[in-house]
Amino acid sequence: MKLESKIPEGPIAEKWTKHKFNLKLVNPANKRKYDVIVVGTGLAGASAAASLGELGYNVKAFCFQDSPRRAHSIAAQGGINAAKNYQNDGDSIFRLFYDTIKGGDYRAREGNVFRLAEVSVSIIDQCVAQGVPFAREYGGLLANRSFGGAQVSRTFYARGQTGQQLLLGAYSALNRQIANGKVKMYNRTEMLDVVVVDGKARGIITRDLVTGKIEAHSAHAVLLCTGGYGNVFYLSTNAKGSNVTAAWRAHKKGAFFGNPCFTQIHPTCIPVSGDHQSKLTLMSESLRNDGRVWVPKAAMKGLKAKEAVNIKEEDRDYFLERRYPSFGNLVPRDVASRNAKYVCDEGRGVGPTGLAVFLDFADAIKRDGRKVIEQKYGNLFDMYMQITGDNPYEVPMMIFPAVHYTMGGLWVDYNLMTTVPGLYALGEANFSDHGANRLGASALMQGLADGYFVVPYTIGDYLATIGWTDKVSTDHPAFKQAIEEVNGRVNRLMSIKGSKPVDQFHRELGLTMWEYCGMSRSEEGLKKAKKKIQDLRAEFWTNVNILGSANELNPELEKAGRVADFLELGELMVDDALNRAESCGGHFREESATPDGEAMRKDDEYAYVAAWEYTGDNQPEVLHKEELKFENVKLTQRSYK
Amino acid sequence: MKWFIDLFTSTLGRKALMALTGLFLVLFLAVHLAGNLQLLKDDGGRAFNIYAEFMSTNPLIQTVSKGNFAFILLHIAMSVYLTIKNRQARGPEGYAITSGKSSAWTSRNMGILGTLVLVFLVIHLKDFYGQMHFGQMEIVEYEGESYRNIYATVSYWFDKEWYVAVYVFCMAAVGFHLWHGFTSAFQTLGWSHPKYNPVINFVGKAFAVVVPALFALIPIWMYLN
Amino acid sequence: MKITLKIWRQKGTNDKGSFKTYKMDHASPDMSFLEMLDVLNNDLVRKGEEPVAFDHDCREGICGMCSLYINGRPHGPLQTTTCQLHMRSFSDGETITIEPWRAKAFPIIKDLVVDRTAFDRIQQAGGYVSVNTGGVPDANEIPVPKKIADEAMDAAQCIGCGACVAACKNASAMLFVSAKVSQFALLPQGQPERMERAEKMVARMDAEGFGACTNTRACEAECPKGIKITNIARMNREYFAAMLTNYEVEAGAGGD
Repeated sequence: MKLESKIPEGPIAEKWTKHKFNLKLVNPANKRKYDVIVVGTGLAGASAAASLGELGYNVKAFCFQDSPRRAHSIAAQGGINAAKNYQNDGDSIFRLFYDTIKGGDYRAREGNVFRLAEVSVSIIDQCVAQGVPFAREYGGLLANRSFGGAQVSRTFYARGQTGQQLLLGAYSALNRQIANGKVKMYNRTEMLDVVVVDGKARGIITRDLVTGKIEAHSAHAVLLCTGGYGNVFYLSTNAKGSNVTAAWRAHKKGAFFGNPCFTQIHPTCIPVSGDHQSKLTLMSESLRNDGRVWVPKAAMKGLKAKEAVNIKEEDRDYFLERRYPSFGNLVPRDVASRNAKYVCDEGRGVGPTGLAVFLDFADAIKRDGRKVIEQKYGNLFDMYMQITGDNPYEVPMMIFPAVHYTMGGLWVDYNLMTTVPGLYALGEANFSDHGANRLGASALMQGLADGYFVVPYTIGDYLATIGWTDKVSTDHPAFKQAIEEVNGRVNRLMSIKGSKPVDQFHRELGLTMWEYCGMSRSEEGLKKAKKKIQDLRAEFWTNVNILGSANELNPELEKAGRVADFLELGELMVDDALNRAESCGGHFREESATPDGEAMRKDDEYAYVAAWEYTGDNQPEVLHKEELKFENVKLTQRSYK
Repeated sequence: MKWFIDLFTSTLGRKALMALTGLFLVLFLAVHLAGNLQLLKDDGGRAFNIYAEFMSTNPLIQTVSKGNFAFILLHIAMSVYLTIKNRQARGPEGYAITSGKSSAWTSRNMGILGTLVLVFLVIHLKDFYGQMHFGQMEIVEYEGESYRNIYATVSYWFDKEWYVAVYVFCMAAVGFHLWHGFTSAFQTLGWSHPKYNPVINFVGKAFAVVVPALFALIPIWMYLN
Repeated sequence: MKITLKIWRQKGTNDKGSFKTYKMDHASPDMSFLEMLDVLNNDLVRKGEEPVAFDHDCREGICGMCSLYINGRPHGPLQTTTCQLHMRSFSDGETITIEPWRAKAFPIIKDLVVDRTAFDRIQQAGGYVSVNTGGVPDANEIPVPKKIADEAMDAAQCIGCGACVAACKNASAMLFVSAKVSQFALLPQGQPERMERAEKMVARMDAEGFGACTNTRACEAECPKGIKITNIARMNREYFAAMLTNYEVEAGAGGD
């Protein structure tokens, strides 16, 4: 099968406009004859479900949480980028496009990224109209800040809760459609399979998490807006429930998986405090604007923050400032993360686990006064104090990188359709816009762009093409069979009755992934990881213990299903990382580095999207390459020296 | 009329009735106190008797008084209804432990305080209002006009130690009821503004202390004299 | 640290529940409260006992999914969400009582998990601005005074966890409802539907069976996001104004 990205011909700035004109339209009177399923109610899902409902389609929306408002988009702190150029500081659609392509280390499609930058301006308008209380200046106009090292101030924000406010905006639009009867909402319902008949996605199989009932839902198209798979690492900044199941089930039904190994690791998270750790908490990277990152020059494992204040200046190694004199503590996320790992590998990490570095505000407080620092970071300092018990005004913070976002995801074309016709992937669930590394404040932008302004156009083309009569009812044998398969899988999990809790498998998988497929990857390590994951998967299916029954609320069963899929995805990530013998963005291959240890991209060999095709259980997946063409930007190696 | 029924059968509407009647009763208390303070005059009850005669015969005052009774009944009826509804809202099972750290005692116990006030009201009405309106009264004459000597009734009761004690105790209940109720009424009616809230709070708390204290002072004073 | 846990166990909505006591002797002060429950659950699985069901998701205090009434207070002793509560807030040897949110409108699903969809239905009744995607004015077309935007943001921070209902002796949802009514009453974008919104959301709130507000301010004291009861006063104003002045306009039919 040949991958067709369907990027329209023509100058980059005209592609989307031209494409929109060329897309077929569904007659307004016919829209009510089409059913669309939306899985997930984060920024992408809620905005898509609401927009499609407004257009007149019949939408069924699903979320596993108790309310659509809980989706993990809600946790995004920093902001949302848009090329509004309200600050008159030289921003433009082209600049946002350029920054995103470059930030993604030239592994994203030009066409998609330009469209993202183009619709970014409409997103802000939309959100303001919904009543999202963005930060404002005294004159009543919207405030902006520069985020993540951007040269222009294009980030819109609502305190440190931008994701929350944007999601609640989309949730309110969704609620309006639920009230209007255009969207039917299924809370506490998890998608466990997608049904494909005659090569087209026709519906999904779900489990009601309260009653355990397995049900079939049919539709003309299915949208997966199910977020990223960072929880394959067990510890991540994702919500506990975030999972890959919907995407993975789709993958096994024919949707290719794009660049699965591209993971973003965020440098400023609160370190692990012990074996009980269940998740990692991110602190805004704005902290690096004033905090200085250091470790002792000599190994001092177990060093406490309280003792650090006594360490003399000459015994400290401000390693980011030393290695990157021009960018210092403000190097990109992946560089900061990797260097923290290196010093910890050298044994110079601090804290009880030795897996932490200091982020010190003593100099900033001396320079600006405590008050200024409090104004800038007060809420973050409070949060840190609450979690760790240390006071960052008096002792340095301890930070360590954590998995934060997955750039990889289901492969989609320009229309956001996967390789299965009628099956779409939006937001973090797709691979499309961030290449090998995502810029700060771009995730919210992409989720809403896909849901509000891309899919409502592109889905019409597909629906108009197939026609409203082309729908399969849930009585079709394929649905019956899918229900049986899902039931069989649930029963199989319940009947193992082994001795280990699900969490333990998940934690072991996470450790393997973090060790060998995390910040720094090598052929040797990846091969080791592959074997370990296979063994762990085999053990899981013989030794996991799930108590309770399948026909009631059973969180252990939910977790088990998700971990089972992570155990398969993990191996594909390792395969992808093995295949990509270059360093780019968040993916660092030790074999592909400059003599002084910096990442080295190999554009002649790897300027492609790796799209993996599932071919059967325990069969190697087949790699398809989508070559990336760069006509509007010049490829350069990143340097922060 | 549907909107009217909807308004006053909603939780907010019912609460507004509580607040409005409550505020009216607050006004009533102030007026009542002004009259009672005449008991402190050292004139053998003359000023008080003249005042009482006026109050019980003036048609306008009598109309307002009927309204006052109606408001008291409405205030009680609403509170009973809302209390039952609020209990039901908790659901079939209550909490095993509640810490009580997050709210003031008075605010949680307006029902108990209100019941105490009601008990007081019954005694009070029977002994004074009932006596004045329906009982056998001694008649006194001031400047040729005859007045019912309610002062004598008051001194009769306020000479009894236990009666004074009950009266003072009930005034404390009134005080606590007002401590929460006064400001709460403003909040319920939506009369909240950062500029004026401190004033409402101050007046409310001061009223809750001063008015019941003055009411309580009278029997104590009369008992001691 | 060693602790004793008294946890409400209930099989399903219509089953009878009761407290069960569990001893834990290896809790660490650095654990979050939910991590302590994770450890308990994994111990239970190893022992072949069914783990305790509780709601949680983001574990960073923003999704509003975690609940738990701990030692007589929603989200425990600190004014934060349960997921942000750490064991160092408890003392060694302490007995900790954990109950679900209790409200008629929040029926128990299992153990400590309750059904909060009543909140969704209240939002569906009017917690939105009726704009379709696209065709909206430029974001800077309508200036919003910073103060108003900040006040709206204060209200908009509500995470919908239901601690206000749990804390209130009347199981009243007014803090939750008023937060949304307030946000839109303040912003210019909320003006066109201001009256209908207050009417409909209050009516839905009552229909869901939440209690009336008696201004105890327990909700405000326990709200993990510090939502103020001035929002309730504003909702009351909005509601009375709407009920007393708002009227239906009959639009003429036809025109096409």
